[in-house]
Amino acid sequence: MKSINLTINGKKISKEVEDYTLLSTFIRENLNLTGTHIGCDTSQCGACVVHVDGKSMKSCALLAADVNGAKVTTIEGLADNGKLHPMQEAFKKHHGLQCGYCTPGMVMSAVDLLKNKKNPSDKEIREWLEGNICRCTGYQNIVAAVKDAASKM
Amino acid sequence: MAASMIGSKVERKEDKKFLTGKGRYTADITLANQTFAYFIRSPHARAKIKNIDTSKAKKASGVIDVLTAKELNEDKIGGLIAGWKIVSKDGTDMKIPPHPALASDSVNYVGDHVALVVAETLQQARDAAELVKVDYKVLKAVVNTGDAMNSESIHDGIDKNLSFDWELGDKAKTDEAFSSADKIVKMTLTNNRLVPNAMEPRASIGDFNPSSEELTLYTTSQNPHLSRLVMSAFNAIHPEHKFRIVAPDVGGGFGSKIYPYAEDVVVAWAAKRLQRPVKWVCERTDSFLSDCHGRDHITNCELAIKNDGTVTGLKVDTIANLGGYASLFATVTPTYLYGPLVLGLYNIASAYCNVKAVYTNTAPVDAYRGAGRPEATYMIERLMDKAAKEMGMDRAEFRKKNFIRQFPHQQCLVHNIDSGDYEAHFNKALELSDYSNFEKRKAESAAKGKLRGIGFSTYIEACGIAPSAAVMSLGAGVGLWESAEIRFNATGNISVMTGTHSHGQSHDTTFAQIVADKLGVPMENIDLVHGDTDKGPFGMGTYGSRSLAVGGTAIAKACDKIVEKGKKVAAHMLEANPDEIEFKDGEFIVPNSNKKKTIGEIAFACYLPGTYGEIKSPLPEGVEPGLKETAFYDPVNFSFPAGSHVCEVEVDPTTGETKVDTYTCVDDFGNLINPMIVEGQIHGGLAQGIGQALYENAYYDETGQLVTASYMDYTMPRADNFPEFRIDYTCTPATSNPLGVKGCGEAGAIASPPAVMNAVIDAIGTEVSMPATSEKVWKALKDKSDTKKKAA
Ligand code: FES
Ligand code: FES
Repeated sequence: MKSINLTINGKKISKEVEDYTLLSTFIRENLNLTGTHIGCDTSQCGACVVHVDGKSMKSCALLAADVNGAKVTTIEGLADNGKLHPMQEAFKKHHGLQCGYCTPGMVMSAVDLLKNKKNPSDKEIREWLEGNICRCTGYQNIVAAVKDAASKM
Repeated sequence: MAASMIGSKVERKEDKKFLTGKGRYTADITLANQTFAYFIRSPHARAKIKNIDTSKAKKASGVIDVLTAKELNEDKIGGLIAGWKIVSKDGTDMKIPPHPALASDSVNYVGDHVALVVAETLQQARDAAELVKVDYKVLKAVVNTGDAMNSESIHDGIDKNLSFDWELGDKAKTDEAFSSADKIVKMTLTNNRLVPNAMEPRASIGDFNPSSEELTLYTTSQNPHLSRLVMSAFNAIHPEHKFRIVAPDVGGGFGSKIYPYAEDVVVAWAAKRLQRPVKWVCERTDSFLSDCHGRDHITNCELAIKNDGTVTGLKVDTIANLGGYASLFATVTPTYLYGPLVLGLYNIASAYCNVKAVYTNTAPVDAYRGAGRPEATYMIERLMDKAAKEMGMDRAEFRKKNFIRQFPHQQCLVHNIDSGDYEAHFNKALELSDYSNFEKRKAESAAKGKLRGIGFSTYIEACGIAPSAAVMSLGAGVGLWESAEIRFNATGNISVMTGTHSHGQSHDTTFAQIVADKLGVPMENIDLVHGDTDKGPFGMGTYGSRSLAVGGTAIAKACDKIVEKGKKVAAHMLEANPDEIEFKDGEFIVPNSNKKKTIGEIAFACYLPGTYGEIKSPLPEGVEPGLKETAFYDPVNFSFPAGSHVCEVEVDPTTGETKVDTYTCVDDFGNLINPMIVEGQIHGGLAQGIGQALYENAYYDETGQLVTASYMDYTMPRADNFPEFRIDYTCTPATSNPLGVKGCGEAGAIASPPAVMNAVIDAIGTEVSMPATSEKVWKALKDKSDTKKKAA
């Protein structure tokens, strides 16, 4: 067991975890934040993407103990006091989601892209999102949403 | 309120919860006192089970029980069923092997269910699973579709591994067309096996309430009502009236979540037996192994053609792989969902289709997006392309020459197509894709050292599954009508209950649009309830692009009944004749007067039928209180969406890499309720179809091990694999339902594989099979140039 201290969605917490606990498991099971999804067991689908100190990371590829002291933001922490983030608004407007399963990871990943690139081209968006699999949307509306969000942020 | 919600791009009601992480999928549910389940699966494709020793595992820390076929038999739990009877051409019934929920004496594919470990934590369940000793006698596996009939039988009493040998069409008439043909064009095609890969892995949680004796199963299902019926009637887990199935938010299905799986049966039963909640969540690797797969056909097909290009006959001979057992819809998929569709959009006077379905030691194959129709479309569209080339005709002209032109059209096989205009969408697709300038673009690609090709595909679907009389006469175990209930609450908001299920299809929005339009109530006051057998009426679920055409119509009909009752009440309150009352935009009006009542006022009066001024009661004599109506809808015919797709690819001959450069589609889905949602459905279908053509393949090695059992080995299409799709429509409304809708959920996946493959083959000038990976394309090009060199 290890004891860890984290800031999750702006709230400081400290918990005991098993050494082998994945960050994704910790978020879902210990913190009950089930917006972070698990889509694979080989770290290749991106459904579990969260922000660790502002950078998008696959939470299934990290141990909870590894991010001790970090600031973690999950999809639940993206809206500001009930006001949707421009990326969330854009996904809604452009029908960038269907079943919603890939969506939290997709949105968190896209938000990080815009931190690094103010006005990405279609090609840059598609390449950046290469680590996030969506089986429903065919990606086109996701690309449109990210572009639209870029113009508003 | 807008005059009409139907046809508007309304943003989705369901989005906010998903975008803020508040979706609630099965794996997100935690019950008090829950236990965790882990399935022990067969590591062998084919083996006899000599013994299962669970004694050590049962003693391991945290373990509550280890369950096997022995306990399943003690409780008389029935096996899984095939829900559609197929009769072979010799009149004998299909052969179905027993399919126990936990293997009793043999296993038939890698991933087959052998035992269940239930423990206090998942880690404990997994650790204990290692202690279960299963003694297998490994046998030689039968893996290939094409070899199955020449291999040892894998199931006792099923000779040649053949489940059925089914036929459709007039053989003699077709033979005649071939003997009088000027030209016969033949080909052999493989439709590659796919893994559906909904992004949410399957999951189930069983929960038994000893006080009410109610058993609840939370599960990732596309049709909870049907699952409950099957699990009560056939698996005998629990009586239907005490059994509740809840399918909460479901993260995609594409067919793979239509049928109850062994895991659902075992988890529900275990919860009842152990009297504690049992939670099971599938890992992706196990999804690859045990979710039902799709497609997997080998087909020989041929066309009889006259010198002027008229196609007069079609022969199709298919071997369809069922996998290790026959899953619920496995037998209808390669027969009635396939055979009747092999004619495509063409007016062909004679056809004969023979399908042999075989068992192999692979995961069961069942309906996957399009189910049978992609296989039919791939066959006819590849064959038409080849025929045009061999006839020396332009591929577009050859298609047009053979299109059906008059509607309704009775095809020579089964379907009577009510409406369509095939030349209209084909011409529009040619124009939108700028076909006339293709040669110019090809030259430009050539100048860069690239090979450019163009491919067409046209398709027809039989959707809106479907008319009960029709499907039951064809062997279906149940009718496929749909139900709806509109509950108007006293305060004026509405709960709409549907028997369909939404797992990405946006029913919350589309169905609310229909109700808003019909009843003049704002969208935000309408709530769709689905996915819980305790809440809504029995329904058939979502698949076969049926929800809107059948379920949507049931909703519209229930709305009509509400209006009908509302008119009686309004007439009484307004002291008018019910016949003269008009209903418009949510108001009941006496024409040529200022007398009116809103639908909200009527609802209120129906629930609180007290005195209204002069009126003693707002309810006329004989009218019951309340405002709630149920409707069941059983359509008279299938609906027939159709469309034309054009794909252009660019191939790099040095690497074999194929890029989809442009993709154009023009579809006729009849009337559209929400074009934004329809577009989304097309995009998703296209990605899956292009995925099948270029990337995806479930590959078993000769011992029956699934080589492609993770996202490292199974290539899922990703964002950078696609161009921006160009989408347009034509519209001939369906006549088989009052909404005039045809269904759009599967079109993309049906039409795109042949469009892409025809383009690839056009580019490289030689055959290649799906998926046309870089390696295969490169090899095909090399073989072609080697043969040329040899010939020189
Ligand atoms: S769960 Fe798939 S990448 Fe993390
Ligand atoms: S919306 Fe379903 S996986 Fe992306």
